[in-house]
Amino acid sequence: MSLHTAPVRPLRHPAWHDATVVAVAPETPNAGRLVLDVPTWPGNDPGQHLDLRLTAEDGYQATRSYSIASAGDGTRITLAVDRVEDGEVSPFLVDAVEVGDSLEVHGPLGGWFVWRPDVSAARPRPVQLIAGGSGVVPLLPMVTAHAEAADPSPFRMLYAVRTPEDVFFRAELDAALALADRAPFTLEVVYSRQSPPGAETPAGRLTRDRLAASVLPPEAGALVYVCGSTPFVEQVLRWLGELGHDVTEVRAERFGGA
Amino acid sequence: MASFTRGFGGRRRDVDDSKVPPGQTLVHDWPVLSAGATPEIEPSEWSFSIRTESGLHSWTWDEVRALGLEDVTVDIHCVTHWTKLGMGWRGVPLDKLFAEVETSLDFCMVHSFGGYTTNVPLDELLEGQAWIAFEADGEPLTPEHGGPARLLVPHLYFWKSAKWVRGIVMHAEDEPGFWENAGYNMHGDPWKEERYW
Repeated sequence: MSLHTAPVRPLRHPAWHDATVVAVAPETPNAGRLVLDVPTWPGNDPGQHLDLRLTAEDGYQATRSYSIASAGDGTRITLAVDRVEDGEVSPFLVDAVEVGDSLEVHGPLGGWFVWRPDVSAARPRPVQLIAGGSGVVPLLPMVTAHAEAADPSPFRMLYAVRTPEDVFFRAELDAALALADRAPFTLEVVYSRQSPPGAETPAGRLTRDRLAASVLPPEAGALVYVCGSTPFVEQVLRWLGELGHDVTEVRAERFGGA
Repeated sequence: MASFTRGFGGRRRDVDDSKVPPGQTLVHDWPVLSAGATPEIEPSEWSFSIRTESGLHSWTWDEVRALGLEDVTVDIHCVTHWTKLGMGWRGVPLDKLFAEVETSLDFCMVHSFGGYTTNVPLDELLEGQAWIAFEADGEPLTPEHGGPARLLVPHLYFWKSAKWVRGIVMHAEDEPGFWENAGYNMHGDPWKEERYW
């Protein structure tokens, strides 16, 4: 069973680090991008996450876990945060944080939902990424690292969003597509509520048939990563199993309740 | 303490702080955390076993439940920073199973359908500290939450409360399980914030 053998021992020891916000920008109408400068950051692998802690003037603290949208040895970290209605932390991060603000991060965390380039692999293993909404955040650094390393593993991403303006990381995904001749990468975006003008396929929820047509077939033996809300991930995993994929191998990350 | 974050007031808490460990936030829903696919297991195919130095001890679904179901109300704490207070659970205390087993080994590796593992010292599973749980908040456990049966060890972070639990293998030494191999703490006491290595 794969869960016995697959965790990757983390390369870098997690610790608390002081961070300064160096850039903020809207990512989508409902999400913001933050770039943090963390001078003591040891770097992180694609797919890892961190804990982010805010401290009020009276000492009250709130901590949340966020996937990291960047990877590598640098000391700049990119986060993309969805605004959770009625949330305590995410609306602050999306709407109120300014350049120069201080906060703390603890990480890098996670040794399971990670992918590292390996340009020396004798037989590159295909990778299938499946994202729902902001579930694309930990998958983007895998795509970026793959492109930057010119890793020969075939990469495919299926990305389910509501409308074109809900797509995260459009420029980064386009950059990876532009490098697809040396780092094979294909992207299919499924729009559930509204398609872009001129789209061949009308908007509609992801179905099992659409999933089957888009993802690498079971015989490709791909490493599969799925990230999104709990209902999205549960549905996708059920369909993958019905389509003959070995779901015991799939790496999944969920957010929210059942 | 670290410097504060400009402009962050936070939501004033309306609960008894003494029940919420450091770094945790109260939730009222029940988030789902799993590393892979959700196995679908029928009660008829479920069984539980304990492997000791003397061999394998097994119980069927009906045999475990016949040992005596208890109702308990406990707080649960996930390492991803949420805490849920006052959850009602129904399950069989591990004391009942270990009463039928003799072992001089001190460490448990808990195994689940799907391959998940987690380590817990035996003395933290006994004396009313842990259960094989079948129901939460009055409903049978759904597959997403570990049904038909999961371990419940509420005094440790919730990754120790293995979903889809199928058995325990006794060991002489404390060895890391799945998340413990991937950077998480060997013990996992939420009040000491034993989250990571």
